[in-house]
Amino acid sequence: MKITVNGREMEVADGLSLEGLLTHLAVKREYTAVAVNREITPKASYASVALRDGDRVEIVRPMGGG
Amino acid sequence: MHDTNLVLGGKDFTSRLIVGTGKYSSNEIMRQAHEESGAEIVTVAVRRVSLPGKGESILDFIDTKRFTLLPNTAGCYTADEAVRTAYLAREAGLGEMVKLEVIGDARTLFPDVQGLLEATKTLAREGFVVMPYTNDDPIIAKRLEDAGAACVMPLGAPIGSGLGIRNPYNIKIILETVSVPVIVDAGVGTASDAAIAMELGCDGVLMNTAIAGARDAVAMARAMRLAVEAGRLAYKAGRIGKKLYATASSPIEGLPDWTS
Repeated sequence: MKITVNGREMEVADGLSLEGLLTHLAVKREYTAVAVNREITPKASYASVALRDGDRVEIVRPMGGG
Repeated sequence: MHDTNLVLGGKDFTSRLIVGTGKYSSNEIMRQAHEESGAEIVTVAVRRVSLPGKGESILDFIDTKRFTLLPNTAGCYTADEAVRTAYLAREAGLGEMVKLEVIGDARTLFPDVQGLLEATKTLAREGFVVMPYTNDDPIIAKRLEDAGAACVMPLGAPIGSGLGIRNPYNIKIILETVSVPVIVDAGVGTASDAAIAMELGCDGVLMNTAIAGARDAVAMARAMRLAVEAGRLAYKAGRIGKKLYATASSPIEGLPDWTS
């Protein structure tokens, strides 16, 4: 299936969990937050969220700013 | 002289200088500048991670046991975007404090005060410690306070402009209008600007570019610390009134007679 992660389209395995995606992308968990289709996903639910075709995932963390 | 602390969201801070983490020439220079600034709060933006998620992070250069991270909603143009960003920051573990920005225009980066009020109401209701970046407008400042803002942060001048405190009289009126802390956010160019803000009676100053963009950011960070301290002390000490004509500092009586 195709999903969009931080604006980039990617092909991933059907039914991949959010946890699986973060591991696949080597995303550090500390100070990271995730939203799927504009809805923020609590850290505790990463493993139980199964991604679906067309999902838009945003993964953010603190960057330099004023 | 005894001074009270800056209290935000029930937390006490001895430093009245809040500094940013953007635009430094390197993360190491940023770390040294933070150290010299004496700041206890540093602002951060919330942005997409680079994928794959490897590489240097600013958090490797910020001791989060010492510094309180203050996420901003920079780049948000609607209340909805700003609120979502604040939630993301909280979910990321950045705490309840949020430097709320709802931008109205890309060229001036002036706030959209209508959106700002709306987002302040929503986030304050949800338990956030809302620190709104606003105009130097006393009416809006009061409305933000009524909406539950933990402080108000009027701009001195446009973000990154270095023009200083363009309307000290409005800042003064804001100070008389609200009872929450007033922190000048944006516009500071050099140390005297920070001192002026503090001499007016502001509770703090927030800056990024003035330090990060200085030729020697680390030295400027120290200058800003001293300026904020000096300005605060001068405010507490109570300055003399301004007069048009001279008043002699030495007594008139007791002058020797030189007439022949």
